[in-house]
Amino acid sequence: MRGVTAKTGRALALLALVALGAMARPAAAEVPKPKLPPAKGEKCVEPTEVMRRKHMAYLLHQRDDTLRRGIRGGKYSLRECLECHVTAQPGKPLPTYGSPEHFCSACHRYAAVHIDCFSCHRDRPEPEAARAGGPAPADGLTGRTLPARTLKVLGPVEVKP
Amino acid sequence: MSATDTSRRRFLTGAAAAAAGLAVAPGVFLMPLAQARRAGEPASSDVRWGLLVDTTRCSDGCDACVRACKEENGWEGVGRPRTDAQWIRKVKVRDPRTGHTQSLPLMCQHCKHPPCVDVCPTAASMKRADGIVLVDKHVCIGCRYCMMACPYKARSFIHEDVHDQRAHAPRGKGTVESCTLCVHRVDAGRVPACVEACAAEGGGALVFGDLKDPSSEISRRLAAHGAEEIRADLGLDTGVRYYGI
Amino acid sequence: MKPHVHFREIEGRSPGYYALLGFLGLLVLAGLVSALYMEIEGHWVTGMSNQVVWGTPHVFAVFLIVAASGALNVASIASVFGRLHYKPLAPLSGLLAIALLVGGLSVLVLDLGRPDRLIVAMTHYNFKSIFAWNIFLYTGFMAIVAAYLWTMMDRMGRPYGKPVGLLAFVWRLVLTTGTGSIFGWLVARQAYDAAIMAPMFIVFSFAYGLAIFLLVLLAAYRWTGRPLGDGLLRRLKNLLGIFAAASLYFVAIFHLTNLYAAEHAGVERFILLDGGVYTALFWGGQVLVGYLLPMAIVFSGLGRSRGWIATAAALVVIGGLAQMYVTIIGGQAYPLILFPGKEVSSSFFDGVVADYAPSLPEVLLGVGGIAIALLGVAVAVRVLRFLPEDLRDELVEAQAAAGGEGGSGTAGGERPGGAAPEAAAAPGSAG
Repeated sequence: MRGVTAKTGRALALLALVALGAMARPAAAEVPKPKLPPAKGEKCVEPTEVMRRKHMAYLLHQRDDTLRRGIRGGKYSLRECLECHVTAQPGKPLPTYGSPEHFCSACHRYAAVHIDCFSCHRDRPEPEAARAGGPAPADGLTGRTLPARTLKVLGPVEVKP
Repeated sequence: MSATDTSRRRFLTGAAAAAAGLAVAPGVFLMPLAQARRAGEPASSDVRWGLLVDTTRCSDGCDACVRACKEENGWEGVGRPRTDAQWIRKVKVRDPRTGHTQSLPLMCQHCKHPPCVDVCPTAASMKRADGIVLVDKHVCIGCRYCMMACPYKARSFIHEDVHDQRAHAPRGKGTVESCTLCVHRVDAGRVPACVEACAAEGGGALVFGDLKDPSSEISRRLAAHGAEEIRADLGLDTGVRYYGI
Repeated sequence: MKPHVHFREIEGRSPGYYALLGFLGLLVLAGLVSALYMEIEGHWVTGMSNQVVWGTPHVFAVFLIVAASGALNVASIASVFGRLHYKPLAPLSGLLAIALLVGGLSVLVLDLGRPDRLIVAMTHYNFKSIFAWNIFLYTGFMAIVAAYLWTMMDRMGRPYGKPVGLLAFVWRLVLTTGTGSIFGWLVARQAYDAAIMAPMFIVFSFAYGLAIFLLVLLAAYRWTGRPLGDGLLRRLKNLLGIFAAASLYFVAIFHLTNLYAAEHAGVERFILLDGGVYTALFWGGQVLVGYLLPMAIVFSGLGRSRGWIATAAALVVIGGLAQMYVTIIGGQAYPLILFPGKEVSSSFFDGVVADYAPSLPEVLLGVGGIAIALLGVAVAVRVLRFLPEDLRDELVEAQAAAGGEGGSGTAGGERPGGAAPEAAAAPGSAG
């Protein structure tokens, strides 16, 4: 319970600090460009320029298709983003969204964007072991759920309307 | 399109159909589902997924289905039973007049007329075309009206921050959740985790399949032996049916 | 010049007034901090659980929302039913209706699991949901009552008073129907699932709204030292007694109907006989404090004293909160009936009465909602002319006899010649 109160206390203190900071901040301090961690794959599902501008729209559109209509295997998958972009530095565990070394976090921090995705979604790839025990096919019984890594090699799945 | 991709396509469409059955334990066979849906194809109302619980094969001490669901969907609690989520639970039913007891698993009943979907102000509670009732956590505001409306206490509210979710089962503080009928497995042509576990470690009491396909195992069993709905008086036409209650 | 009822802002410069604002402001702040705490930690720090999903904030929120529609009655009685004695009170009635609704909705919204997603509730609608209808009923209510106030307070609006008043009256009936139906239409739960809940909530709203109206009226006139006629108070307190009696009647019919059906014997036994705190709150809080004692006060000689009238109104409010607690939390504490006639048990509290105890943040959030409403009223009467300067019976009678017109809160510079009585007594000095 004490830890809990401390957490709220910290949040309140942070709010106060932000308020103070906003008043006290010197103008035109250059914020350094984010350092993006290297991705695993060779090529993204769209050119980098396009992804920078439109990734949120792609994800937003596909999330409704996937969840509400049950369309699987689409081109833009948050899970795929994480598989490729969230990588561990040597000797370190995979970064969480709370860390500036997390791919999504690095850029969103720079752009001062608050996202909601990772309050529900896992923020990094699942360990191999968990993946094997999870949705990966146990036998020929299953159809489509290939390990995510395979998809990367194959490139994006083409979806016929 | 590369050669690998084509072969993958073939695999997608062909593999599930090719599998005639899977031995999960000596003497226990799982019938395969209809084949996995192709990539890009939406869930269809030609199918209605259902679950048959044969309570005569469900024993009081067994919780294989619950454990499997927990692991599959990552809802292991934090040791606070009042607020920890339960997607599926074992319920003991006792007739006080005769002392007759039964045990059965209870989870979202995937109603055809789900009260949770009716009351949800933002349409976050939703029923997919194939009858699976889900919570769209992207638009759930955490009002908990669905929990008031559900006759089965099938839904849980997430009372604290969650980390390390399973990649296929997002869940987070301030939203409501419940059994998804392992929608990620079903879409891939597999049966829900509870069904698999019950066949492997339990009494083989769970049958999953398409209620609209008269030749499916579940439809044949229902036609031959019948089954009840819990709170059938409410007329919700549940997708989960119980034999022997 | 004929005697008129004049509307005027309160002075609002006394230390007492600022102390009142400061006190209410602190309560609002405490409520907001509580809401932040609950949102950051998650709801596990509250008394709520997967068994009791709506807790104390809902008790306060639904009470305030129900009271809001009831607070409008005084205005409706004047403009819809033509009882002109109530006309001078109509602006305060409309103001309270809006303020209470804002207070209640604030609590409701801040208790959401994801209050940050409120915008979703305004962009995604499921029109089969009563909650979704309520979003329109509540916002519409505020807009209509605001228009209603305009017809009362601005000469330009006066010609539209009748139709807008009628619309507001019908709207408030629909609104409370929607609120009662949130519970009445829940087929799953034994304690709800009854068509009578909608009309019962409407009658509750008459009592709760009038009780709060009386308390605010008495406090405002005492603290500003403005004259308030006993005749007016007599009408209002008698009305309060009638509304309490009507509430009791509906509650009696609700439970008698349930008792007649063997199916509901369990939940009735729980509420009426062996439900512990819920039984105690039902008989002691809702029935005794909420209905019987106020009726005894207002219909006896005690009802001639302002102190006792205020007491009766306060008791109705306390009884109302008890009623909401029994209805909302008691209704959830009683377990769902999964297998009629059978006993059930599980690791998920099936078949057992859920335990619930309000936590401090929940109570603070609820009280914060009341404070938001009262703070709004306190500020509004300071900046706009909601309160008649003088409500002596002779003036009210004379104005009613003259057809209710002539209230002078309308025209710009029109002011009575006499000294403002409120200058004499500092607000709060009497409290």
